[in-house]
Amino acid sequence: MDLTLLGQLLLNGVIVGTLYGVVAMCFVLIYKASQVVNFAQGEFLLIGAWVCWSMLTTYQIPFVWSFLITLVFMLVFGVLLQIVVLRPLIGEPVIAVIMVTIGLSIVFQALMKWMFGVFAQPFPPIFERDSVTIGALEVKTVYVMSMIVSVIIMAGFGYFFKATRLGLAMRATAFDQQVAQSMGVSIHQVFALSWAISAMVSAVAGVVIGIVSGVSSGLSFYGIKVFPAVILGGLDSIVGGVVGGIVIGVLENLAHYLDSQFLHWGNMIEIAPFYVLIVILMIKPYGLFGTRDIERV
Amino acid sequence: MASLRPSGDFRTSYGADTAIFDTAAARWACVLAVALFCVAPLVLDRYLLSLLIQIGYLGIAALGLNILVGFTGQISIGHAAFFGFGAFASAWISNNTPIPVFFAIPLAGVATTAVGMLFGVPAARLKGLYLAIATLAAQYILQDFFARAQWFSGGVAGTPAEPFTIAGFAFDGDESYFYVVLAYVVASYLLAANLMRKRDGRALVAVRDHYLSAEMMGINLTKYRTLSFGISSFFAGIGGALYAHYLGFVSVEGFTILFSIQFLAMIIIGGLGSVMGTLMGTAFMTLLPEVMEAITRLLSGTALEAALDLKGNISYLREMAIGMVIILFLIFEPDGLAHRWRQIKAYWKLYPFSY
Repeated sequence: MDLTLLGQLLLNGVIVGTLYGVVAMCFVLIYKASQVVNFAQGEFLLIGAWVCWSMLTTYQIPFVWSFLITLVFMLVFGVLLQIVVLRPLIGEPVIAVIMVTIGLSIVFQALMKWMFGVFAQPFPPIFERDSVTIGALEVKTVYVMSMIVSVIIMAGFGYFFKATRLGLAMRATAFDQQVAQSMGVSIHQVFALSWAISAMVSAVAGVVIGIVSGVSSGLSFYGIKVFPAVILGGLDSIVGGVVGGIVIGVLENLAHYLDSQFLHWGNMIEIAPFYVLIVILMIKPYGLFGTRDIERV
Repeated sequence: MASLRPSGDFRTSYGADTAIFDTAAARWACVLAVALFCVAPLVLDRYLLSLLIQIGYLGIAALGLNILVGFTGQISIGHAAFFGFGAFASAWISNNTPIPVFFAIPLAGVATTAVGMLFGVPAARLKGLYLAIATLAAQYILQDFFARAQWFSGGVAGTPAEPFTIAGFAFDGDESYFYVVLAYVVASYLLAANLMRKRDGRALVAVRDHYLSAEMMGINLTKYRTLSFGISSFFAGIGGALYAHYLGFVSVEGFTILFSIQFLAMIIIGGLGSVMGTLMGTAFMTLLPEVMEAITRLLSGTALEAALDLKGNISYLREMAIGMVIILFLIFEPDGLAHRWRQIKAYWKLYPFSY
């Protein structure tokens, strides 16, 4: 038993898990607003991180400004993507829309590899101190920042949906599109907005992960890892996405611990979430917080 | 849909409505095409022949996916993993048991179906996109399994596969193996076309079009969704097995999610819910890289090539092309090549009085 390693991995799990939670939240946002299962979620992280990285290193812009430029870029990108690619597909069968997002995902992934190469690029250091001491544990500053950013994003989501007019409009659309439309909510606006928010917030997560472990095409795998998280939490629950993300983050690090200490199978950290996914589908298919599908005819 | 008869479709019997071929001409055209393919190995060179074989075994796997996606309206993103499982299973059966390759191929199909069921049954009872997500998990789990299971797949070293033999005659060259693939293609496409004329096939279409009405007509949704996923894995396994015995060697790389998406691209391009379209889409996707390579060769030495470094990035370009083709077809030609082909036929047939 190696308790220090276990503690380290659990902490890791919580930190990575909150990031999964943030990405899962973005995923659920799009799913709730427009019933699109977005397979290109991971590519949003990838694009955001690369844009911020190239601002920082190629154009030598200070971090705060390059971060803001990234956000604006992702806002425009999300809206454009919705208008150009997804709007023509409104009314088409759901599977057509899903397959378009799959197509988008490989286009962006290949494009990013083409433009920036396949090797991981580190972010230039942003903090002066490499680590801070909290209690007895020495924690890297980037991890603290990552936690703080994630919590701020989650709180921001909570505020946005509970207290603002636009958030209310989006909740109404998710509840019943037709009724929302007849109450004067512009569905087009809501769709575009949900893609924009999702792209922006994903980009923030992408930048954070980039700062922690460098930018590479591996970032898009977060978009795949999001599926176990949202299935565990329930496909249409934002809270569920957050909870699912944290649980999956901790679980995969636990699996890694078991693997490295006892089993020696290798690669469990990558694969364990998918076993979890299949098991959840068997025993609790609508997740912890998802709405059960009941139909009256 | 434009009718191919100048005065419209007026069927007078149930038999006419369920016929595989609309007209006698269509039937003879198909028979003629198969006959032409039978003499293909005598006239075509090695390169073209290997492309045709590739189209054949990929076409069988894509047909399975089309039955799932196009006819039943469920998505699988793990088709390449099942294709790979079929390849390994057939190689394993023929290497480790006295069963000859001739029987190993269908057995591999059955084994793949069984594995598919493991992932498909929990998901297929739910409506919506749960099957897509479950097969995504299957893709990663199986890929990991191939790399890990030394006894089954040979681990990272891969596994050899025996050539296809009947009564001592080995089909180990392109010329002879072509006939094996052709036989399987004809059999599986006939099977699929016939399935769609029967109650089961029509039930699948009903599940896709309106699952509530289908259920009220007495169609067991769970049964047909699971059945469709089973058929799809079976064809994937057969396609994979043919691939294994064609190459004589299966390596663990290659059965990636990108390959799965390529299968999706094939059926989207060919036409969702079209049996013959599947073959057209497969041909399109198989020829696409060849065409792209030719274009790169044409551009070599020009300023454009130097600016974009086309040669070094051809693999990314290929990936992008797959994605773009999916997006563009879904936006501009959602019914695929099969629909376009029907329109062209109708145009010539009805010229100049198309209405």
